Amino acid sequence: MNKTPTDRLYLESHEWVRIEGDLAVVGITDHAQDALGDITYVELPEVGQRLTQGSECGSIESVKAASDLFSPLSGTVGEINPELEDAPEIINEDPYGKGWMFKLRDLDAGETGALLDAAAYEKLVEEEA
Amino acid sequence: MRSYLRRGRVTFGLCCRAGEFILALGPLGTIEPRADRNAKLSMRRTVLHDEHIALGARMAPFGGFEMPIQYTGILAEHHAVRSAAAVFDVCHMGEFRIQGETALADLENLLSCDVASLEPGRCRYGFLCTEDGGVLDDQIVYRLGTDEFMMVVNAGTQDRDFAWICEHLSPASRALNVSAETAKLDLQGPSSVRILNRLLDEPIEALRYFHFRQAMFEREPILVSRTGYTGEIGFELYCSADLAPRLWRACLESDAAPAGLGARDTLRLEMGYPLHGHELSRERNAAEAGMDWALSRSKTFIGATAVRTPDAVKERLVGLVLEGRRSARSGQVVIDATGVPVGRVTSGSFAPSLKVAVAMAYVRTDLTGPGQVLGIDAGRHRLTARVTETPFYRLGSARRPFREFLV
Repeated sequence: MNKTPTDRLYLESHEWVRIEGDLAVVGITDHAQDALGDITYVELPEVGQRLTQGSECGSIESVKAASDLFSPLSGTVGEINPELEDAPEIINEDPYGKGWMFKLRDLDAGETGALLDAAAYEKLVEEEA
Repeated sequence: MRSYLRRGRVTFGLCCRAGEFILALGPLGTIEPRADRNAKLSMRRTVLHDEHIALGARMAPFGGFEMPIQYTGILAEHHAVRSAAAVFDVCHMGEFRIQGETALADLENLLSCDVASLEPGRCRYGFLCTEDGGVLDDQIVYRLGTDEFMMVVNAGTQDRDFAWICEHLSPASRALNVSAETAKLDLQGPSSVRILNRLLDEPIEALRYFHFRQAMFEREPILVSRTGYTGEIGFELYCSADLAPRLWRACLESDAAPAGLGARDTLRLEMGYPLHGHELSRERNAAEAGMDWALSRSKTFIGATAVRTPDAVKERLVGLVLEGRRSARSGQVVIDATGVPVGRVTSGSFAPSLKVAVAMAYVRTDLTGPGQVLGIDAGRHRLTARVTETPFYRLGSARRPFREFLV
């Protein structure tokens, strides 16, 4: 298992978000990719779509499981990771890097308080195990 | 024929419900396969359980057993079978011995396939049907001798099957449930021939599809059957439970990858092979599965009248290729162009060798022609699928000549 990066925040439903200036990059955690197994399909929100914090914004399928994706913050989808359509296994290989899913702009800075830091997220995962 | 099976005794075993390891749709927070903790207490384990734990397998309930779903990953294990070789623990499956001078007649009555034409050393796929044509189980029957047979059945149905068989036996026939003392390992893939011959005390030079023979492993007898559930050339190996861990380790040491039930399911689905409880069930007439080669026309058997009734087929099992990578899942409703329900999905998955999602479904017979476009109601989404002849994957090596794989 990869170590949980401390440069980002987490949702209890296993998404991560990293603030890069005016943008927020979103993906799923190493724990989530491991629990899903080999990812075979990803449905992402559309560029320009307005998301609210905690709203359902896509889905992820593996060979044996399917799961909804939730947005960690409110914002407008500015970019999606184009590699994932044909090679969703990138999420398994590098969930915190090349496996990023989408980027949000027009953020609401006050919302980060509702998210978990790395230590709190790791504790949550341990409790779920 | 000396056989490990001689030590058979009548056993009924525990009664466990059939399992299901496909996880439900839900938020990321609920993806962990949380097996019912009470169910886990009554879960049976195979003789290879410790081997799976040592390999770090992900375990889940299936057919009343705690079984390995994957080791390294379903896709890697799937590709290992298509391109090299892998070994599966399928000790959860049931094996029965049926013997006596009336055994043949009893099996002809019990099974949908012809049995009399089987010579010793050959095996055949068929159904155990009910009077109304439903499929109690699918099985392979092995002719061990003139009056001696082995039947191999599914894990979750074995106790019910055995009771059914016993109810329909003549006084001069005897049935033994040898499941507990019989281990079964499936060694599958193009490299399986070389691996098998490295393991055996004396190599095998030829074995035809749906033939079997005795062989020796570490001076102990095993039964080698050229059959499988993957579409690739390979073997179903039957041995005593005591010998199984040694045989398992020998396979791994000879470079067979350990593979779990996840890959077993994607491999069989790519071939359009049915799984009992999904494509076949007690509630559905066997004729609807379209596997006419498993239904003898030349004899009578339990359920024969029902499966031969002209109006028995209201829906037909079809293969569906979906538009993209998104999978249909078992239980989803098939719809026509106007949104009217016309059938139901029985299995669905991303097909790793085809890079597209495939499914099997029962569909109203007038909509089952190849190329027919259908919809699938997948909750918030509607998927598009096209009726396709199976197998979906056409490059399987299962029927290719044995000698091609010797070198």
